[in-house]
Amino acid sequence: MSTAYEGAVADLIAELGQLPGVGPKGAQRIAFHVLASDTADVARLAEALIQVKARVRFCVVCGNVAEAEKCRICVDERRNDTQICVVEEPRDVVAIERTREFRGRYHVLGGAINPINGIGPDELRIRELMTRLADGTVTEVIIATDPNVEGEATASYLSRLLGSMGLAVTRLASGLPVGGDLEYADEITLGRAFEGRVTMRA
Amino acid sequence: MRTYRDEAVVLRTHDLGEADRILTMLTREHGLVRAVAKGVRRTSSKFGGRLEPFGVIDVQLYSGRNLDVVTQVDTLAPHGRSIMADYGLYTTATAMVETAARLTDVEHEPATQQYLLLAGALRALADRRHASTLVLDSYLLRALAVAGWAPTFASCARCGQDGPHRAFSAPMGGALCTDCRPPGAAAPAPETFLLLGALLAGDWSVADGSDERHRRESSGLVSVYLQWHMERQLRSLRHVVRA
Repeated sequence: MSTAYEGAVADLIAELGQLPGVGPKGAQRIAFHVLASDTADVARLAEALIQVKARVRFCVVCGNVAEAEKCRICVDERRNDTQICVVEEPRDVVAIERTREFRGRYHVLGGAINPINGIGPDELRIRELMTRLADGTVTEVIIATDPNVEGEATASYLSRLLGSMGLAVTRLASGLPVGGDLEYADEITLGRAFEGRVTMRA
Repeated sequence: MRTYRDEAVVLRTHDLGEADRILTMLTREHGLVRAVAKGVRRTSSKFGGRLEPFGVIDVQLYSGRNLDVVTQVDTLAPHGRSIMADYGLYTTATAMVETAARLTDVEHEPATQQYLLLAGALRALADRRHASTLVLDSYLLRALAVAGWAPTFASCARCGQDGPHRAFSAPMGGALCTDCRPPGAAAPAPETFLLLGALLAGDWSVADGSDERHRRESSGLVSVYLQWHMERQLRSLRHVVRA
């Protein structure tokens, strides 16, 4: 598609086409938008792209994105040291933070176990998690991997691994989305919601 | 025919765009099908839960220009639920679906026997009817046999002389008599040959009664045999936790 253009425009379209969710047409549209924008706006975008690569690193403790050696959550002293919430991606940390329900620490695995793609337990940050749990401060591990087959399998692997360590291992509940209709729920989700039903307090 | 309906096992899924997913399915009538399921990664999706790997589904598809699109789904057997709760079963099931995808790699080419075999193997796995390592090895041997690479364990693979024989070679196609035996062929125990034969034939009374030692030896031979004839490594096989 970009062969019809020359030089810098073709290069830009080719680079934009590499981004997730951007197809050939979308890449063209963005390229011409950039071409029509103010030089200052474009410079700001370019600077932001360069800075994100230069400044952002991964937290040495939890694996979340950070601007320093440790991320904001790991240096925050007001947080609860006895709970660790295990998630797949840094994006999941943000999702859980938005709930304001959890005040403990996080641990980012960097994915889920997926043997077909060649990702086994050794490719994830599970060893780092075990090191963090070794000193005994943590009393509860909350497994918050995605509720799909890979995430559930990762959760069952972790629960087997952590079961003998004498700490509470919990898993996020699965069930009905708030605002949804019961009749449309699929039987697996509805079955899980039944299994995890809770007693109502009077 | 713009829409069609079929039974299928979901083999694997890839994320696509914001909330869509590409599914690779093995169907009963249409062989391997790759289709897009729109919006299934959203928590509000009406059928996301039904399209997880290892499940047997009744699916309606719309033939698109490039990929087909899933329009309706119903669960026939939610094997994924019991499989994903057990890490050993999960790794075993991934090796099975990877094999199925490799052996049926031409899209829309009917592979009903492969479909029935896979659906049966996943059911046996989910119901924990037999040890998972036996289910896996039996599935692998039979899937290879359906694909045209049937090994022989009782008679010699080269000259056809009746056994029992003492040598095994994956390139030659199974058991070999003393005359046909190439140098460096494996020499498994006689009980291992019996177990392999039982797994290929689906003789579960013999297979269930087998020893741990022979199970391990036959797993090794099956994995060599499989990877030799498929001419490549099965990525998930090295992650399988045998039980």
